[in-house]
Amino acid sequence: MEEFSEKLILPDITDLHRIEVYEKNGGYSALRKALRMKPEEVVDEVKKSNLRGRGGACFPTGFKWTFMPKESDKPKYLCANGDESEPGTFKDRQIFEFNPHLFIEGALIAAYAMGIAVVYTYVRGEYAKWIDLLQRAVDDAYRKGYIGDKILGSAFSTEFTVHKGAGAYICGEESALMNSLEGERGYPRVKPPFPAQNGLWGCPTTINNIETLANVPHIISRGWEWFSKIGDSKQPGTILFGISGHVKKPGVYELPTGTLLTDIIHKHAGGVPGNKKIKAVIPGGSSTKWIRGENIEGVRMDADSLKAAGSSIGTGGIIVMDEDTDLVAVITRIAHFYHHESCGQCTPCREGCGWLEKILKRFSAGEATEGDLDLLLDVANNIEGNTICALGDAAAWPVQSFVGLFRDELERRVKKTPAPPAYVPPPHLVTSRS
Amino acid sequence: MKDPMFSDAHLQKLDALRKRYPKSKPLVLPALWMAQEQFGWISPEVMKYVAGLLDLPVSHVYGVVTFYTMFNTKPVGKYHVQVCTNVSCMLRGGDRLLAETCSRLKIRPGETTGDERITVTGVECLGSCGTAPAVQINDDYHENLSPEKLETLLNELR
Ligand SMILES: Cc1cc2nc3c(=O)[nH]c(=O)nc-3n(C[C@H](O)[C@H](O)[C@H](O)COP(=O)(O)O)c2cc1C
Ligand code: SF4
Ligand code: FES
Repeated sequence: MEEFSEKLILPDITDLHRIEVYEKNGGYSALRKALRMKPEEVVDEVKKSNLRGRGGACFPTGFKWTFMPKESDKPKYLCANGDESEPGTFKDRQIFEFNPHLFIEGALIAAYAMGIAVVYTYVRGEYAKWIDLLQRAVDDAYRKGYIGDKILGSAFSTEFTVHKGAGAYICGEESALMNSLEGERGYPRVKPPFPAQNGLWGCPTTINNIETLANVPHIISRGWEWFSKIGDSKQPGTILFGISGHVKKPGVYELPTGTLLTDIIHKHAGGVPGNKKIKAVIPGGSSTKWIRGENIEGVRMDADSLKAAGSSIGTGGIIVMDEDTDLVAVITRIAHFYHHESCGQCTPCREGCGWLEKILKRFSAGEATEGDLDLLLDVANNIEGNTICALGDAAAWPVQSFVGLFRDELERRVKKTPAPPAYVPPPHLVTSRS
Repeated sequence: MKDPMFSDAHLQKLDALRKRYPKSKPLVLPALWMAQEQFGWISPEVMKYVAGLLDLPVSHVYGVVTFYTMFNTKPVGKYHVQVCTNVSCMLRGGDRLLAETCSRLKIRPGETTGDERITVTGVECLGSCGTAPAVQINDDYHENLSPEKLETLLNELR
């Protein structure tokens, strides 16, 4: 694989968040270029680039865009997903802070490509500071004529609105996000119909992650061929890998797909404090399957390699746990999270997530019984694939992988029924003959 | 309590937002945020007021308010200290941070100090895992904290 060291999304340029600095560094020239292309050509360019979604599901972006009807008597919408609530994930916030215009430009190009006149960016409510930063950038882009009526003298017009969430992990799920935006409770919708046919207010809608859209300007200005050669060919580009937990230098590192997991941990994040051994790694946010510390050698951070390692790339949020970690406590905490965030619409998720937490708490407390191990796996297996949205799977996967990989850790917490005490005859029965 | 009423600034902001959406229902989150900013928490009277402004049934507004974790349905202290207890923070002492902060303040998670100054809550991942453990106080994030640093911080907030 070719060495690629350029940072596309978060380059080291001082004050790049300011529109003048962004423009000086070539900013908004991709939008200019796109506006001179036919919308289909823009979609085609993104399709050929092989860009895949950075929101967790790795879906091919250009392909998703082709689902949008070309002609529509209803308005069409773009929702940019900045809900960023998956534990271990903290990358979109870097874009809002350090390169908001790259995302805005990408969203505008996407809107042009799909004939969309209204863009909503949904950002989690906790990110008050980053919402302000994004809003400031949006206002500047309006002022400069990149957003609004007849953009840069073309026939294309679009509005751009930032919508603040209010604390609910489930609102990152695309259909829950749309319900939340519509002013409903954030319940996921049954699919099909898919958003491209029946999205916001029943109109054609596309939902993309913030980082996904931030890749688009580069693809347009430098071409699909150039992009498709960065990193792993099946999932090209760079990814903002967030690494947290037991490493010396946690943070966000932008690296090409296919980078070795061990390189991210040791070279970039400085390795484990005290040079302790790694006991477990979660490679792509809390909903991805775990990898045992002994098995991380050779694993690359791309969809295929992680699949081969029994996991998935998810959001690229890596969590490292050293040898002294109480893994049972960690998996119990994760189960608590999904139980807390389940919206409660479907029984397997609502009840199952509760059970996962309850059983794992028994292990944590050393109160589990022999049968609890099988029960745990059974509950997880009954959630997977049986729910309206993927939160159910997200709750089941880590637990399933944990039982498979760390059975020993769980077995150690099974309460041993104490053996009946040996019979000791009371002193008055003890005779010299016995 | 007097009937709640938005400030002129909020009313203007809400009016400007109406143009951004095809209906008034999507304004429920923005309106509730304005309400929380102005009144500190979302009382039943505030829910009624917001419902009236947007022409929605009160039951709908109630359903929305209670779905999300960030709307306070009871008063909170002047400083709402929200300590992340999720995995990345837990691995770096987030649990201890919550427990020690509460014991120093002599309250339990979810409670407010007697002087109504500080409410402490344990929350889910704040998206600050790389700078864990993280705490959100009102709108502001504070990162890489220890119980000692948080105590100093809280003493400085007057
Ligand atoms: C429970 C749940 C939570 C999700 N949270 C997010 C999120 O915070 N941000 C995000 O971009 N995608 C999230 N997703 C994925 C979205 O549903 C959707 O696939 C994604 O935003 C599409 O963007 P992409 O194709 O650009 O990746 C979540 C999915 C599920 C099931
Ligand atoms: S899977 Fe869980 S979160 Fe998703 S719709 Fe069903 S109950 Fe709600
Ligand atoms: S786990 Fe605490 S901020 Fe993410």
